[in-house]
Amino acid sequence: MNKVWILAKKELKTFFDSLLAYILLSLFLGLTGLFTWVLIFDIFSTGQASLRPFFWVCFVSFSIFIPAITMGMFSEEKKSGTIELLLTKSITDWQVIFGKLLAVFLLVLTALAITLPYYISVVYLGDNVDHGQILTGYLGVILLSLSSIAVGLWASSISGNQIVALLISLGVAVFLHFVCWLMAFGPIIPGVFDYLSGESHFEALTNGVVDSKDVIYFLSIFFGGLLLTEAVLSKRRQA
Amino acid sequence: MSITAENLSKHYGSQRAVDNISFTVQPGEILGFLGPNGAGKTTTMKMLTCYIAPTHGNASVNGISITERPDEVKKRIGYLPEHNPLYLDMAIFDYLEFVAALQGVAKNKIKSAVLNMIHTCGLGQEKHKLIGELSKGYRQRVGLAQALIHDPEILILDEPTTGLDPNQRVEIRNLIKSLGKEKTVIFSTHILPEVEATCDRIMIINKGHIVREGTTDQIKKEAQGTEMLNVQIEDIQDFQKAHRQLSALSTVASADMGTAGQFRVQSKADMSSKREIFKFCVDHGYVLTQMTAQETSLEDVFRELTVNPELTQKR
Repeated sequence: MNKVWILAKKELKTFFDSLLAYILLSLFLGLTGLFTWVLIFDIFSTGQASLRPFFWVCFVSFSIFIPAITMGMFSEEKKSGTIELLLTKSITDWQVIFGKLLAVFLLVLTALAITLPYYISVVYLGDNVDHGQILTGYLGVILLSLSSIAVGLWASSISGNQIVALLISLGVAVFLHFVCWLMAFGPIIPGVFDYLSGESHFEALTNGVVDSKDVIYFLSIFFGGLLLTEAVLSKRRQA
Repeated sequence: MSITAENLSKHYGSQRAVDNISFTVQPGEILGFLGPNGAGKTTTMKMLTCYIAPTHGNASVNGISITERPDEVKKRIGYLPEHNPLYLDMAIFDYLEFVAALQGVAKNKIKSAVLNMIHTCGLGQEKHKLIGELSKGYRQRVGLAQALIHDPEILILDEPTTGLDPNQRVEIRNLIKSLGKEKTVIFSTHILPEVEATCDRIMIINKGHIVREGTTDQIKKEAQGTEMLNVQIEDIQDFQKAHRQLSALSTVASADMGTAGQFRVQSKADMSSKREIFKFCVDHGYVLTQMTAQETSLEDVFRELTVNPELTQKR
């Protein structure tokens, strides 16, 4: 655990030393603020004291931002050769994976933390705020983030090129969240596509329902992504 | 801390990057890996540092196997990979602290370890810069500092001096030499004088095999075989005749004539022609102005062993 934290700290420092973290945080804050309070589905025009529009923006923006954060995590190290430096230190492959995961996850939590005033404002504005629903909404965002990070890390581990990594993880996100969601309305095996669609599982959580099948959906992508990442990393050690 | 490799092999498909090599490095010894590019030096080092796993065979560091307990091995090794990869967007200080923490330096000792390394590797003036802002020589020092920071008993350095200017090369060489007094060091290079100046023992690798191993002197002696003399004789009237007479001396195997009384004389095996040539000149009233033994340099050995390995194996 200690090694995981040492690496996570270093990665976090790199985020905040570069502009990346600040750009993404302000973009996120801007987008969520806009859609929660000002535009289209905002709280005032729908007249509902709920954070559903906010969670919807989280869903879309994290699907795009997380691949942008994770894209360099292994591919940059591969390209510059520092991966060899890192993996010959006294740290295991799993510790490296979890360290990087933790760093991105903490960045996501930071982003969510600075949107807490939204929640507080909604509580002040509305009469009958459904706290449970908001809680499950946050749970949904966290599960979505974890699964996106795992997919992003895997994509980053298979290529020495950041852009390729970005396109792969975006491709996965578009397939799961958009294509599958559309196909679920189509004539061909709609049930399967509906299950594959991240959108519908996320929707269920923001509706305030914690169903094990939705949690399992995100967790299986999360663990699948991590296992694949480890498989890619350990390929070098195959005899 | 000793290193032992037993039948270490790494195959990439049908290509045998490292083929069945065995060697031991004693504690406190500096071993030089020599070999042309692609000989398998780097692959061997990557196996020893647990970055890649061997196809066959095993190696151990102080009896700890690299395949069974890589964590224990990695803790004891300081490794500078080829091309010296570094996190260019980190500050030197932060980077060294990060590596020290990763390598298990106790929390209260990290600061002093970093300061110590900055001093040892001569990074004092640059310590607050980002690594990306440093010149090549300073980056190399950072690379060495990160390898040394946890005071490892074993140092594995893959071409630590490439791309450095001659002064920096001497500095690094001296550093390695002083480190070698207490640590076990393996380093690779293709700069031959460097090996002669630094290593206790050298290993020449070619096409995944060890082709020669021993101290520099041993290797040179083995390769020397016959004596080769460059001779300059003056006051000769008939060059052809003198050449014939020289070739006929009892200890001389062959003599080549250059211009104006220059000869290259090869002696017969285990014989020296120096006295014979001197006597020959005195007897015929010639003046001997120069006679030097041609030394076999490590470079000759290296070229002989690695340029045409089929020939040397037949010998």
